[in-house]
Amino acid sequence: MRMTLVPRFRNAAFALWRRNTLVWRKLLGPSLLINFGEPFLYLIGLGYGLGLFIGEMMNMPYLTFLASGILASSPMNTASFEAMYSVYTRMIPQRTYEAILTTPMEVADILAGEMLWCATKAVINGAAILAVAALLGAVSGWQALWVLPIQFLVGLTFAGPALVMSALARGYDFFNYYVTLLITPMFVLSGVFYPVSSLPPALQGVVQFLPLTHAVDLIRPLVAGQPVTDVALHLGVLAAYGLVGYLVAVKLVRRRLLV
Amino acid sequence: MDAVVEIEGLIKRYDSREVVRGVSLSVPRGRCVGVLGPNGAGKTTTLRLLLGQSPLNGGRIRVFGLPIPEAGRAVRARTGVVPQMDNLDPDFTVAENLRIYGHYFGIPAHTLDARIRELLAFVELTDRADSPIGTLSGGMKRRLTIARALVNDPELLILDEPTTGLDPQARHMIWGRLRDLRAQGKTLLITTHYMEEAERLCDELVILDQGRLLDRDSPASLIRRHVEPEVIEVRGAAGTVRAALGGVPDCRLEAMGDTFYCYTHDATTHIKHLEGRADLTFLHRPANLEDVFLKITGRELRD
Repeated sequence: MRMTLVPRFRNAAFALWRRNTLVWRKLLGPSLLINFGEPFLYLIGLGYGLGLFIGEMMNMPYLTFLASGILASSPMNTASFEAMYSVYTRMIPQRTYEAILTTPMEVADILAGEMLWCATKAVINGAAILAVAALLGAVSGWQALWVLPIQFLVGLTFAGPALVMSALARGYDFFNYYVTLLITPMFVLSGVFYPVSSLPPALQGVVQFLPLTHAVDLIRPLVAGQPVTDVALHLGVLAAYGLVGYLVAVKLVRRRLLV
Repeated sequence: MDAVVEIEGLIKRYDSREVVRGVSLSVPRGRCVGVLGPNGAGKTTTLRLLLGQSPLNGGRIRVFGLPIPEAGRAVRARTGVVPQMDNLDPDFTVAENLRIYGHYFGIPAHTLDARIRELLAFVELTDRADSPIGTLSGGMKRRLTIARALVNDPELLILDEPTTGLDPQARHMIWGRLRDLRAQGKTLLITTHYMEEAERLCDELVILDQGRLLDRDSPASLIRRHVEPEVIEVRGAAGTVRAALGGVPDCRLEAMGDTFYCYTHDATTHIKHLEGRADLTFLHRPANLEDVFLKITGRELRD
């Protein structure tokens, strides 16, 4: 079958985005509880608890340091899990894509819609954390609202590779590899809890290739009210991971479903 | 008459195994064509190819005069599909399933509202509009799947074994609806292995086996051309049946399972041989499509 290499974005993607939004709305109560409850727990427990011993880190209160780290890692987690467990469920056991593919929608539209939804969900969760952080006095000023569009981008960044995992998965257990080998190391190494500069030099170099590091570098100064540097580099890295992930996922899902 | 579907020399391979081997077929506008064939005949694969959902390895497909797979998107916009396995969206209710599906076709909200009401009435699910999918019976799910396939008001309806696994009431209800759609001028392409379904619904049948097209004609002509008009089904010990009918002229005897089939042009004398025998039971009936099917595709078991 002849297929263009780079799929063109079509409005059809919004049909799938809309579908997922409607499902999310049905479960609004429990999901909001988790959205607000979890960051509250983290920020109170770790931010205040550890913050008492640490005091300041990189010229900001530890609570602000931690909150800004979590504001960067939360969209990673949200988008990765949505693009793995939920997408896989719709693609294979639930046969939702099979039904959609008999309409004018194509694989590229479906996956574009999934990515948009992953990013949307990342912002919804991220906004809840931002609100909690502001309530606890960890946020300095309105420029912190720029965090929200960046979280959208971070959602796309991580949705892309996670879609590739879904396209390759033969079952849910497969995702454990990706979470254990990539997501968890990023969470621990990319500067969420402490500055990357405190890592051994060799590891610092490696960490610069991880997308979460760039998300933290963008979000932290916005939350703390400090100047943001190397904006183009950070945005470029985040966009590249998302785009490459998307293109590879489209190719793999076509190969898997259109046989 | 213009053809809605034209297939020429279609070839499809999975690895090195050829599952569709040079099938040619056309479906005229406003007609119902049934595709009959045992499991593994290539029926479902042919339908997938037709929708541009699977790359073809040879041949040519045009639907509405448009080339497949290049024009797949445009063709699917004018086609309704009832898949073999239910794949309704379990996260939504009955009415929501139709609405969400309508979004995939880009149907505007006001058109969609009216159409959902009509379709729910058409498949008699109006009072279940707000039920979750999980609470529906198999027959209701099937009816909803048919309603879903009609949400874009398609010109062509493709149904892959639409009544498999349903009880007789549900099956008759669905047959009635499909005849209504026929009467509205829609073109129907149905796969089935229920001969009764094929005979009741279709103007024309194609018989597919092992990826090849074996014959195509109206149900009545297929019966006339392939088998004798009358059949006597006889049950009893093989020796006894052969002794009773062996020497009788105009009796083509076939065995399947524990039953013998005597195909004949006039059963009168044969029945005299069988009547009053305690060691045999028999049934005299006109020949039907099942006899044709078994004759053309063979009697051995398919998996």
